[in-house]
Amino acid sequence: MQETFAVAGDASAIGFVLSEIDSESPGPLLWVQEARAFGEMGRPFVHGLPRSLGGNCIHVAARNAKDALWAMEEGLKCPSLSAVIGEIYGDPRALDFTATRRLAVAAERYGVPAFLVRIGGHADLSGARRRWRVASRPSMPHPRDPQAPGAPVWSLDLFRARDMQPGQWDVAYDRAAHRLDLVSPLRDGPVEESARRYG
Amino acid sequence: MDRWRKAHADTDDGLPIALASEAAHGTVIDAVSEAARKAGAKAGQKLTDARAIYPDLVVETSDPEGDADALMRLGKWARRWSPWTALDGADGLLLDSKGTSHLFGGEAAMLSDMENHLRRLGLASRIAMAPTIGSAWALAHFGRRSGIIVDDDALDGALAPLPIESLRIDGDTALLLRRLGLKTVGALIDIPTLSLARRFRKTADAGANPLRRLEQARGRIEEVAEPLVAQTVYRTAQRVAEPVLHVQILAPILADLADDLCKALEDGGRGLRRVRFEAFRVDGHIAVLDAETAAPVRTPDHICRLFAERLETLDAGFGFDAFVLTAIWHDAMPARQKGLAEDETEGLALPHLIDRLSVRIGARNVRRAVACASHIPERSVVWRPALEEEPAGDVAAPQGERPIRLFDRPEPITVIYGTPEGPPKRFRWRRKLHDVVKVEGPERIAPEWWRERSTVRLRDYYKIEDEDGRRFWIYRNGLIDDGRGGPPDWFLHGLFA
Repeated sequence: MQETFAVAGDASAIGFVLSEIDSESPGPLLWVQEARAFGEMGRPFVHGLPRSLGGNCIHVAARNAKDALWAMEEGLKCPSLSAVIGEIYGDPRALDFTATRRLAVAAERYGVPAFLVRIGGHADLSGARRRWRVASRPSMPHPRDPQAPGAPVWSLDLFRARDMQPGQWDVAYDRAAHRLDLVSPLRDGPVEESARRYG
Repeated sequence: MDRWRKAHADTDDGLPIALASEAAHGTVIDAVSEAARKAGAKAGQKLTDARAIYPDLVVETSDPEGDADALMRLGKWARRWSPWTALDGADGLLLDSKGTSHLFGGEAAMLSDMENHLRRLGLASRIAMAPTIGSAWALAHFGRRSGIIVDDDALDGALAPLPIESLRIDGDTALLLRRLGLKTVGALIDIPTLSLARRFRKTADAGANPLRRLEQARGRIEEVAEPLVAQTVYRTAQRVAEPVLHVQILAPILADLADDLCKALEDGGRGLRRVRFEAFRVDGHIAVLDAETAAPVRTPDHICRLFAERLETLDAGFGFDAFVLTAIWHDAMPARQKGLAEDETEGLALPHLIDRLSVRIGARNVRRAVACASHIPERSVVWRPALEEEPAGDVAAPQGERPIRLFDRPEPITVIYGTPEGPPKRFRWRRKLHDVVKVEGPERIAPEWWRERSTVRLRDYYKIEDEDGRRFWIYRNGLIDDGRGGPPDWFLHGLFA
């Protein structure tokens, strides 16, 4: 289970979470949104999601955080899902250490990847195995149009992790290949252009 | 009359009371109390006649609509004895007891059970059981006592002594037969029907044809009646000796019922799609819980879980004493051999997950996105309840890049500074200023003139990026001087990752 923090109005965390989901897995995606989360951030838009995930998504609009957490936990018990994404706004009382720990345990027991997206929340105690802070960065240059935004770039801050070394990276998302590419900190300069892909 | 007495419990039972209503030729009595009957009043009499016989008669207005409502409720409540119940006239109920009497300890026990329950509701009743609707009606209305049970062989003998009115014929016909000297059903049975048939051959109305009614009562002609609630096939019932007051006890009862129902479904090769749990209260109410499933189901555990959380919401009142689990909608579900590995997989199956989510969160909030052929972004996706079948059919994805998030309602933005024709350079969204650094667009999406009004304006969509690198999808609603309103407004419609 991974927890991702984002500022309201910044969809980079959603993009990052989707990039972490294996697009080859056949099962549908369970997408749980709390009422305030889809008020602040809108609903997932099928045509904007990665192609394989877009058409195969079950969306749950929960009234409050308690229902959203319950729906996530139920979803994690279903091994045929490809992943469970939950979006919760702010710091509701229902979302305490016990709740996140329950999600983490369920996710590991049934082998369903779980992603908790916190919009405008604070990083209190949590049972999540990896905790990220994600923000947008100015995008890569567009290959044909210098005026247009190119591939999105996100700054990832892994501030707590069980199985990885915490760290900070800038990554670019390659939409066609559905993968993340590392971006070197010296982003300007044409020399970087050829050498920036690490895979 | 019983309903009136229940509502006015403090009146003296000895009081002669008549319930009357206005008819075409003056006030007519609809029902009378026991004391009034002894005094000479009877239903159908004119009020003035009754007053002439017995001046002290107390008159109240009757309430036929209320009676009909109460009878309808009673008819549904009577489904505790049999799934097939129907209303009969203004004051009768028909029940098909085939195959249900053994649940109550035999036919006689079932009738006395009915009588006891009705008496507890404060209703006087006359009940009879017979092989045909006509004969049961005759025995209930004109039999010597209540609770008569007649089987096929004794039918003619039981009908013979009854007056001719017991054949459910109208007043004129009964009078005619009486004038002909045919006062009992037996007399009509005895004479050759051929001679009478000619007299009544032209009457299309069943109530005016005594021969047809007689044949129906004797079971020679099939009679069809419409049940109050359509007949259900898969249904299990359980009764308890003591009324259940605590809802915690309901769980094992429900488990038993689900077990039985699933066995029955398995025999029939069917699976549940919608299931209803009914708990019959002692005082004439029914508590009902419904659940729907995404795929045919016949796992008792799953059915129990669908209801488990909501059992507590039931109001037990004075206690439940009968429970019914009914498959309202079922689909074919062939028996399947479980694979060896399948037994070991734990966790929920996907259809079960959808059922459980739909029950708790509400079916309208658990949905699947279905792509639709439209260029207008909010129309290009339709949200369908996940309980429905997964729709097939591929719709071509739109050409341009689409945002990852879309707002249900486009949010207005204030353009602080920008060129009139191009995108804004600086705008305010949610009280925050954003400077536009990169722009891609416009992508023009014209209104769908075949379904929209002529005042709907076209949209120019831009993908923009602000100084922090956040990417938005904004559009200008209309063009300057397009003749469809004032200067165009700007809206933010979606977020790019």
